[in-house]
Amino acid sequence: MKKVRPILLWTLPVVTGLLLAAIWYGIRATSGLTSWIMPTPLEIMAAAWKERPRLVEAAGNTALGALGGFLLAAALGFAISMVLGASRLMRASLYPWLLVLQMTPVIVLTPVIVLWAGPGMPGIITVTFLISFFPIVANMTQGLLSADMNHVALFRMCNASRVQEMLLLRVPSAMPFFLAGLRIAATLAPIGAIFGEYMVGNAAGGSGGLGFLVYSYNTQIKIPALFATALTSCLLGFVFVAAVSLLNWAVLHKWHDSFERHDH
Amino acid sequence: MEANDPIVKFTALRKRYGGGPLVLDDINLSLHPGDFASFIGPSGCGKSTVLKLVSGLSPGTSGEVVVAGTTPRRARDRQAFIFQDATLLPWLTTQHNVELPLRLRGRPTEERRATARRMLSLVGLAAEGKYYPRQLSGGMKMRVSIARALTLAPQLLLLDEPFGALDEMTRNRLNEELLSLRTQSPFTAMFVTHSVSEAVFLSNRIIVMAANPGRFHAEVPVDFGYPRRAQLRERPEFQAKVNEVSRLLHQVEPSAIA
Repeated sequence: MKKVRPILLWTLPVVTGLLLAAIWYGIRATSGLTSWIMPTPLEIMAAAWKERPRLVEAAGNTALGALGGFLLAAALGFAISMVLGASRLMRASLYPWLLVLQMTPVIVLTPVIVLWAGPGMPGIITVTFLISFFPIVANMTQGLLSADMNHVALFRMCNASRVQEMLLLRVPSAMPFFLAGLRIAATLAPIGAIFGEYMVGNAAGGSGGLGFLVYSYNTQIKIPALFATALTSCLLGFVFVAAVSLLNWAVLHKWHDSFERHDH
Repeated sequence: MEANDPIVKFTALRKRYGGGPLVLDDINLSLHPGDFASFIGPSGCGKSTVLKLVSGLSPGTSGEVVVAGTTPRRARDRQAFIFQDATLLPWLTTQHNVELPLRLRGRPTEERRATARRMLSLVGLAAEGKYYPRQLSGGMKMRVSIARALTLAPQLLLLDEPFGALDEMTRNRLNEELLSLRTQSPFTAMFVTHSVSEAVFLSNRIIVMAANPGRFHAEVPVDFGYPRRAQLRERPEFQAKVNEVSRLLHQVEPSAIA
């Protein structure tokens, strides 16, 4: 990879952001749209500041649901992938049905989820799980199957058992894939939680999360506040992705080529 | 097994993969303990397949392979395989990579550590135990791979072009080290290579193979005795042997420029 000066890594996204804001202001100024149809970035910031107690509290609730669904997806995704990676027959039997589950619109399932998992947090966690677990399974399974053929031969030469081959060879070599799946899941988890709150969470009443605020601001036509909710949800997503990046670093930096320093 | 029994015996062996063409045809070979046999020939002559048959990684189609008086699979405990690339697990340190065969056999931690340390110092890497493979040079990685193969004190070592990717100086040095390791850990070797001078330097027997289908073309005995020193390469009889093998190779691949 060509070396990029570190300062550019920080300044370029800011420049892009300023350009987008300029375009935004341009459209707003020339189109004659009003503030409550197309609020400017500054108006959104102002709304976010005004609504901050509600946004912070809601973000906390959403983070909880997102984290619950995300962890469940990570744990079950890991376990299911091991089953899929262990045998061709299991893959043939299960994989098409996992695809069916993934392709079923979650919106169709929401009434059933409320009935089965219950409204409020259990339902929100279920929706988050359904949305974020497939990328983990797909990546991790691919990783388990992508172990180096010479490494497999080495294990066979040492008369390694299937369990040893799975735990000492396939799982470690699948870690970069698993973490790539987690990264996608991390961006999906807050979205899943907000969607879950919007669809199944409100029935529980209480203060609710960002999904509830979306519902509430929408009915009150508080459009700048609605945008502020989107902003908050992006921030939450960044926190999740940052956490996975940290995990990625912790697991891989010592041995994986993606952390190879280019100074030698 | 008697002392004079061959450690590897091929009898009328033929091999094809699936319904494909014949990869090996009518292979007959007896290797005796202490032999260092090199297999050399054009690509596609099935020399790597010979090693796979001995290791039991791939079964023969007809004929028989006997290793240490039993089937290749049952004899796995007595053999070790060194691959074309070092095949170190990148997530394990050097020390843990060398421990791996012992770990897979459930040996106690103390024994594992001690054996791996001994093997690493044998290949001159006593200080590199904590390094990860990506921190090592190609030659060092191959040394670790050799150390790993020797942890179980194998009777038979299978080497599939282990030094093919290394520069010539490193390759020569590792050739010398490999031979001197045999004084500590006396193994019989089957060595696949593309390099004539490497084969002559290492082996007491060189088997020249031809392709389509893969078969043994000729066998050249190399009777320089052991131990061998680096200076052997400069002697006229060494060069004569290299020429002899090269001529045989030209017979089986006349179009190649060597």
